[in-house]
Amino acid sequence: MSWGLVIRLLALALLVGFVLSPQSFAFVFEPLTRNNQPAIYVQTSLLDLTLNHLLIVAIATSAATVVAVGLAVLVTRPFGTEFLPLSRSLANIGQTFPPVAVLALAVPVLGFGTAPTLVALFLYGLLPIFENALTGLTTLPPAVTEAARGTGMTRRQRLLQVELPLAMPVILAGIRLSTVIALATATIGSTVAARTLGEVIIAGLLTSNVAFVLQGGLIVGVLAVLIYDGLSYLERLLTARTGQERVAG
Amino acid sequence: MLEIDALRKSYLGLTVVDDVGLTVAEGEIAVVVGTSGSGKTTLLRMINRLIEPDSGRVLIEGQDTRELPAHELRRRIGYVIQGHGLFPHRSVGQNIATVPQLVGWDRARVAKRVDELLELFQLDPAEFRDRLPNELSGGQQQRVGVARALAAEPRLLLMDEPFGALDPIIRAKAQDDLLAIQRRFGTTIVLVTHDMEEAIHLGNRIAVMDKGQLLQYAPPAEIICSPATPFVGDLLGTGERAFRLLSLRRVAEVVEPGEAEGPSIPSTLTLREALDEALWSGRQALPVTDADGKPMGRLTLAALARLGARPQ
Repeated sequence: MSWGLVIRLLALALLVGFVLSPQSFAFVFEPLTRNNQPAIYVQTSLLDLTLNHLLIVAIATSAATVVAVGLAVLVTRPFGTEFLPLSRSLANIGQTFPPVAVLALAVPVLGFGTAPTLVALFLYGLLPIFENALTGLTTLPPAVTEAARGTGMTRRQRLLQVELPLAMPVILAGIRLSTVIALATATIGSTVAARTLGEVIIAGLLTSNVAFVLQGGLIVGVLAVLIYDGLSYLERLLTARTGQERVAG
Repeated sequence: MLEIDALRKSYLGLTVVDDVGLTVAEGEIAVVVGTSGSGKTTLLRMINRLIEPDSGRVLIEGQDTRELPAHELRRRIGYVIQGHGLFPHRSVGQNIATVPQLVGWDRARVAKRVDELLELFQLDPAEFRDRLPNELSGGQQQRVGVARALAAEPRLLLMDEPFGALDPIIRAKAQDDLLAIQRRFGTTIVLVTHDMEEAIHLGNRIAVMDKGQLLQYAPPAEIICSPATPFVGDLLGTGERAFRLLSLRRVAEVVEPGEAEGPSIPSTLTLREALDEALWSGRQALPVTDADGKPMGRLTLAALARLGARPQ
């Protein structure tokens, strides 16, 4: 077992332990509090917030994956090539918009709560996945796509049996990027009353409680690192299993 | 079997295949030779409609290729490309099974065919069936590529520089394997290459192309003895004519009665190989034995010299 894995398992164990039983870790955060402030956020259970945070990220990223990959598939078909520039700029706009601005614009339409956060994360997650899916689908080895046509596969068979499986490691790299961005960005969702770990951080900021800020930030940070590593591992596995030496980027 | 009639294709006003017509008889190997940019690959790809011709037509067993949807046409025609084009995410067995699965063979028949082909190409099924292509050597990948093309028992096989990526020793073996398999199944083959040596070795007929035009389409001996244009002559290489002519025939065809000194040669050698042996060992005549090692007679250097001369 490598050191990297040991450290990650340890981090995971600490994270799970802390979320399940935050009070057991109160002694760590007490030195950071002043004037008898509470060391641990108790208004809402950290476990609930963490699970909700992950759920929002999962929903937004899944939706972004479906739309971005679908779009990439469409614009790489012969009939869709005209829309390639348009779809690229659309995804780019989604990325340049600051998430806070999306939240601000979405609240009047969707109201406070989880919905505007989902919209912001969804829009924000589109571009990396779209760009990677595009790269994956357009950089397939020419001999392989030629062989797929030459053996008499229909367009659909080529897409499902050859192109998507071979592009999968690269697409997954895009999903990994989007997921990590969404994990961090979801904290902002708490400014419009979405129930995420941002709630802990904001509560800490409002009451000048460094312990709250730190515990919210730490949970999000550790989650991001672990999920990033997990998806990287999956990607390498997939690259090897699809017999491709090229490193997904 | 295959009839190509006045095929023409141009890109942006540049004609890459210009009014090419040729026929290939059942069970023959036709080799299309030309430099890069001669249009030979375009010609090949128009046969299975990977490229649609501007005009002209292709008949396979009398049927116009445009009567079928392109993907169904391609399932009936084997196709081998340079660099094999194996699906990297599929095992060797799955690669070979591609076309049989597309045309809906049942599982047992597909599995039987895969193992049969692996054995035919000297790859142990138990060892190779479940490997991924990148775990194979270049020569093995190439063999799997040919096996995949032959899987659904096509009557016609198209090969685009199939041996281009192989080193010379493996290439010679792959060529001989192809000839053996072709004789066994009687598959009609159209093969594209830039290598005249390969064309003479493999082809029953050779089509020489240059700048989109078919310059000559004839049996190898005729190409060597009477090239239609100076370009065909250049492609043959002036220092090789006699040797290429000798390489077309085998010792068994010209053996004469008599005795000779020294180690004997098998009757399956080409005359070119026999000449090399005679020159190298400094002998005027070589004893010849048949496949069982029985003496058949001899072959003289004088006879070889006569046979290597340009026919009058």
